[in-house]
Amino acid sequence: MGSRSTPAPTTLRAWLTAEVPSSAAQASLQRAWFGWLRFLGNPLAVAGLAVILLLLVTAAFAPWIATHNPDAQNLAVRLQPPSAEHWFGTDQIGRDLFSRVVYGSRITLYIVLLVTVIVAPIGLLVGTIAGYFGGVVDTVLMRVTDIFLAFPGLVLALAFVAALGPGLENAVIAISLTNWPGFARLARAETMIVRSSDYIAASRLQGASAARIIAKHVVPMCMPSVIVRATLSMAGIILTAAGLGFLGLGAQPPSPEWGAMLSAGRRFMLDYWWMPTFPGLAILLVSLAFNLFGDGLRDVLDPRSE
Amino acid sequence: MSNPALVDVRDLRVTFGAGESAVHAVDGVSFAIEEGESYGLVGESGCGKSTVLRALAGLNARWGGQLTVAGDALGPTRTVSQHRLMQMVFQDPYGSLHPRQTVDALLGEPLAIHRVPDRDRRIVEALERVGLGASFRFRYPHQLSGGQRQRVAIARALILEPRVLLLDEPTSALDVSIQAEVLNLLDDLRRERKLTYLFVSHDLAVITHMCHRVGVMRGGKLLEETTVGELLSSGPRHPYTRHLYQASAGYDRKLADTAAALDAEEEVFQ
Amino acid sequence: MTILSVRDLRVSFDTPHGVVEAVRGVSFDIGREKVGIVGESGSGKSMTGRAILRLTPRKARVSAEKLELHGQSLAALTEQQMRQVRGRRISMILQDPRYSLNPVTRVGDQIAEAYLVHHRASKQEARERTLAMLDAVKIRNPARVYDLYPHEVSGGMGQRVMIAMMLIPEPEFLIADEPTSALDVTVRMQVLAILDDLVQSRGLGLMFISHDLNLVATFCDRVLIMYAGRIVESCRAVDLQKARHGYTRGLLESLPRIGEKRDRLSVLERDPAWREAPAIDHE
Repeated sequence: MGSRSTPAPTTLRAWLTAEVPSSAAQASLQRAWFGWLRFLGNPLAVAGLAVILLLLVTAAFAPWIATHNPDAQNLAVRLQPPSAEHWFGTDQIGRDLFSRVVYGSRITLYIVLLVTVIVAPIGLLVGTIAGYFGGVVDTVLMRVTDIFLAFPGLVLALAFVAALGPGLENAVIAISLTNWPGFARLARAETMIVRSSDYIAASRLQGASAARIIAKHVVPMCMPSVIVRATLSMAGIILTAAGLGFLGLGAQPPSPEWGAMLSAGRRFMLDYWWMPTFPGLAILLVSLAFNLFGDGLRDVLDPRSE
Repeated sequence: MSNPALVDVRDLRVTFGAGESAVHAVDGVSFAIEEGESYGLVGESGCGKSTVLRALAGLNARWGGQLTVAGDALGPTRTVSQHRLMQMVFQDPYGSLHPRQTVDALLGEPLAIHRVPDRDRRIVEALERVGLGASFRFRYPHQLSGGQRQRVAIARALILEPRVLLLDEPTSALDVSIQAEVLNLLDDLRRERKLTYLFVSHDLAVITHMCHRVGVMRGGKLLEETTVGELLSSGPRHPYTRHLYQASAGYDRKLADTAAALDAEEEVFQ
Repeated sequence: MTILSVRDLRVSFDTPHGVVEAVRGVSFDIGREKVGIVGESGSGKSMTGRAILRLTPRKARVSAEKLELHGQSLAALTEQQMRQVRGRRISMILQDPRYSLNPVTRVGDQIAEAYLVHHRASKQEARERTLAMLDAVKIRNPARVYDLYPHEVSGGMGQRVMIAMMLIPEPEFLIADEPTSALDVTVRMQVLAILDDLVQSRGLGLMFISHDLNLVATFCDRVLIMYAGRIVESCRAVDLQKARHGYTRGLLESLPRIGEKRDRLSVLERDPAWREAPAIDHE
């Protein structure tokens, strides 16, 4: 297309939109910049990102944000409705629910990040290797994946937790075990498309090894969909973690995990609505935010959109 | 033959599938290309011309016959030094460059694989050689036009300084004015660097312009092999070649009937 | 007699980088003849064809001083009336039949459907019409081909099926957008011959969009050369080799030709003045 007129720009903006990038770093930052501009065009995704940022800030500054000690019991103020003193009310042993929800964000974030860090690389590795080599390697790896996929996630997680014993770390392991096959399938499907492309053939012609091709050419092409998938599955992880907590198999009391709080509040639901409502809202809001953010990312990262 | 050919293809056979449904994509093709020569393979889609190229390049390990390059008999897979000897330019400039790599990364990769020193200088040189210049170094493929992409692909193929270049319809995805630029570039590079070309195309006009000798393929077989000079002076011998020759001049109502006759002959043949 | 009349057709898009004008004031008349529109990618030739049928992308803004089919304004039609025009009165043949045919329906049924959409007829009658049409596009065994699925037919056969499908509602005007670019030369000749014969025997107008100068010069009656969204030159097809415009000349000279051994191909030097200079018309 013809030359486009750029309005008199600030220096950073000029650098980011320069027609001729002069270094590799500038080229990739420019790419990120245009991706960000596209992302801003999707208000729902931006809202999702805002909630996620809020979650991060809350987790990081929990001690300053919380109004009370989340574990401090005060039977004198048990089962108080929301008020100026206790914004979300108190529970059956007088703990401040707002402070507990605030501290609970740390647990949620911990689970989500740990699971993702474990699951995405494993799925990516298994998927790209199966997809690139095909044949027997593919068959073996994919049958293993199928076995894991044959069980509903929560049921499999339940079985693992039952075997490993309840607790937060075991919940993370159990959720990871149920989560990686999805990533492997996705990475394999992407790899199968990429594998037959001319740029892979060109690399092979230059003498690139299989490991190099997978690491340098296949993985970067799978990354966008894996990142999107990871973001979208974070909502599922939060729900599974909450489900395990709800069933008493995840984080153990008195830990302020949202699922466990919801579970504890369930018995008081009819008379003291605030007890299950606030942790429930937190779960809803955060998982919705991850879904919206993931959808927005998909539009930005899709290589076909360029 | 006085001096041994640089590329020697003897009785090449490539079969896809097995048993009843086996397709003989290449069915006993032999030809030789001398150093510095440009050899054209012309034919329609499915005639096996690209399959010959892919077998030579090492992209398809299952072939029968004998392939020799620079006196070195090729096995099913290529050694590192054989890779340096022979490089390829693909048809589709949109598919042959990795969409997430800058030109710098694309050109740097072969240097990294073969541990060639002087990375920066070589990349800039390679770009200048194909008429692009250093300003293109940090662009992504999607920021380039089709012709510019094909120039980058040629720069990548040449950066290891190979002796043989395999060209798979390198200009058929480009507009005619861009095609002229790329063909001129390829011609210049061959002369300057004493390269040997195996040029595959469906377009007889492009082949006669670019090559010294031509092989006409159909149904996996080499129908006719001739020098371009002979083809132009005494005309094609085989009726199929004659048809390709006439068809490249454009539409002719009478030609359509010969085309139908050629197709009918093929149906009987199968 | 003019079938399609276009005056000052414009198509533009809003992009993040500003407004892009794909077609910038194109005017022409086409009667019962084969008119070639040639140009390189980005010249606006395909967009011109699509704009006539209102098949441009939703973001596109289309305007025309006049856009008439047999004196009836197409621009004034509602979307519903436009559907009656598309297929019934103006048909369009695209480059690759594999993308234009429904993969899960037999090709014969698809052709019959194209007939039934625009005509009141029984299934049996539509089938007979279809078989006759398949015969008209020189398919040797129409009854067998009727029952094939799109993936079972070759490229050339697929394009014949497309032509049959586009011609069965008996349109007055045909737009063919690179109809033979995906085909091999032997097949291309036959498909073109079929198109040629049908256009002649049925008295259709044909707008033949192509990038191939040789093909257009030998197949069409008249040629319009497009550059940067405008027609820069128009001439009789037989006179194309005598074209005067710098762009047309440049294109012709950059083509390699058999029997004309040149050391180098001449390279097209683009003159910025071409974007605005008036069209050269020598008919």
